[in-house]
Amino acid sequence: MKRYGKTQALAGLDLVASPGRVVALLGPNGAGKTTFVRAVATLLRPDAGTLYVDGIDALRKPAKVRQVIGLAGQFAAVEEAMTGRENLEMVGRLFGLGRKQAKAAAARVLDQMQLTADADRLVRTYSGGMRRRIDLGISLTGTPRLLLLDEPTAGLDPGSRLQLWDAIRSLVAAGTDILLTTQYLDEADRLASDIVIIDHGQVIAAGTPEELKTRAGDDLIEVHVRDADHLPAVSGVLAKLGHDPHVDAPQHRAYVAVDDGSSGLMDALRVLDARGIAVEDISLRRPTLDEVFLALTGKPAQTTDTPAQPAGT
Amino acid sequence: MTSTADIAPSPGMPRAGLNIGAGLWPSSIAVAGRTVRKFVRTPQLIVFTTIQSAVFLLMFRYAFGGAIGTRSHLSYVEFLVPGFIATNILWAGMGAATGVADDVEHGFVDRLRSLPMPRAAVLIGRSLADLALMVWALAIAAILGFVVGFRLGGSVAEALAALGLCVVFGFALEWVFIAAGLVAGNAQAAQSIGLLITPLVFISSAYVPVQSMPAGLRQFGEIQPLTPMANAVRGLVTGPGGKAVLEHSTGYYVGLSLVWAAGIFVVFGFLAAVRFTRR
Repeated sequence: MKRYGKTQALAGLDLVASPGRVVALLGPNGAGKTTFVRAVATLLRPDAGTLYVDGIDALRKPAKVRQVIGLAGQFAAVEEAMTGRENLEMVGRLFGLGRKQAKAAAARVLDQMQLTADADRLVRTYSGGMRRRIDLGISLTGTPRLLLLDEPTAGLDPGSRLQLWDAIRSLVAAGTDILLTTQYLDEADRLASDIVIIDHGQVIAAGTPEELKTRAGDDLIEVHVRDADHLPAVSGVLAKLGHDPHVDAPQHRAYVAVDDGSSGLMDALRVLDARGIAVEDISLRRPTLDEVFLALTGKPAQTTDTPAQPAGT
Repeated sequence: MTSTADIAPSPGMPRAGLNIGAGLWPSSIAVAGRTVRKFVRTPQLIVFTTIQSAVFLLMFRYAFGGAIGTRSHLSYVEFLVPGFIATNILWAGMGAATGVADDVEHGFVDRLRSLPMPRAAVLIGRSLADLALMVWALAIAAILGFVVGFRLGGSVAEALAALGLCVVFGFALEWVFIAAGLVAGNAQAAQSIGLLITPLVFISSAYVPVQSMPAGLRQFGEIQPLTPMANAVRGLVTGPGGKAVLEHSTGYYVGLSLVWAAGIFVVFGFLAAVRFTRR
């Protein structure tokens, strides 16, 4: 727990991350994700509670924790007036590598991040996506056991996000453990084996993406209509079949959670047809993480449709 | 109301090696190297600081100089240039405040603090880099001084001693700006804090004799650290003519400057360390 004046951050956050997996900390702005990562990275000392990183007591032996972690932040903290290679070599030296070893580590990371061709250009001239990759690479020069990624793709364009995801996936494949924070549901869904949803500094749900989707509810029957005026009627029909009906007027759709999907689907079709409501599309589907989030926190998550300002200029 | 968290990597995979981290000296050098490179590769910084110095010197030498009496037989250029060189360390050092604040604001300090290196190296590296930049600024200031007509009155050894004193005093002063940068936390605030110090330059014997100031200002001017600095440099580089202007011996001013430097270093070094380690 960390106190900021009268504000308590992460009061009552209990979290045990299983080893060998990619854990995504998912939550809206201000949920405490960054605070948590900063505590794990020993940049901030919790005022109360316990924190073990790789079995090391982070409160008593922060210097030992720093020997096993790598941190890449949401600000690409890279020296712009140095080349990508120089940045990597500098941090390699700071990790305690000799001159030759640092050079070798830089070359390895550049290759890993597919930046070899741009290695000797000043970072100033890099694109936003390249900056994030060099930032990620910097945290890898010391071959950390645990990699902390604080909103690694915030503000990136879709193409660069995909590239960064690939880079992160190849790290996972190579056996690096990762704790990442994100406010993008699809990012957590695609990268993480475990998702921990936090809000107001508290864990509100944890599990694999599949478990979370199951927990948020049953399958959904979703009906699209051509004429939005029919939505109240559709909603009325759906309400009788399941629970928690929702109407999404701008999208001309209504959906409801049902216990038994297939028979519910048949019933819905039959009743709607009997009432003469023209249905454009009807489907049975699993809830999305967006809906999970909404169900668990009572407010919608930020989606990737409205990315933050591109970072870096 | 406690929180617990346990983050552990997989026991099954081959463990990555422990990163023991660099020692204090190599990491300080690595951090310093970065700051120096940043400066050298940002031509605007170099050009701007040089022009700023030059404009300052030219204004006092030619625009105001004619109206300023030195209350002695020293010419104004002989009086001015030593003061200009002594106070140049303040202008040169001011960049550290914005630099440090910028690093705090944009996560560079966090990156360094997350590495297995001595955290003190972040600040020591900074101060070493700024020291190097200050030597460069002093060289420029000295060259400008000769260009506007200053001629050395003392020995070369004395001139080198003057530059050495500037470097020592400048190093101490760096810590004022490093502390300011850490407290400010963003570059614009840091710049404002830095500018608060500028009156010190004017209420000193750097550009005009403090004897010409009204009571109050004059007493302040006499006790504040830049006056002994300006006088020490003056005594060392203007020879017998300059020494005659001074109320005390050159040695007195050199000693007083060193005492000030030690005091400033201890107080602001401590403040910077406290601010830096608080988390």
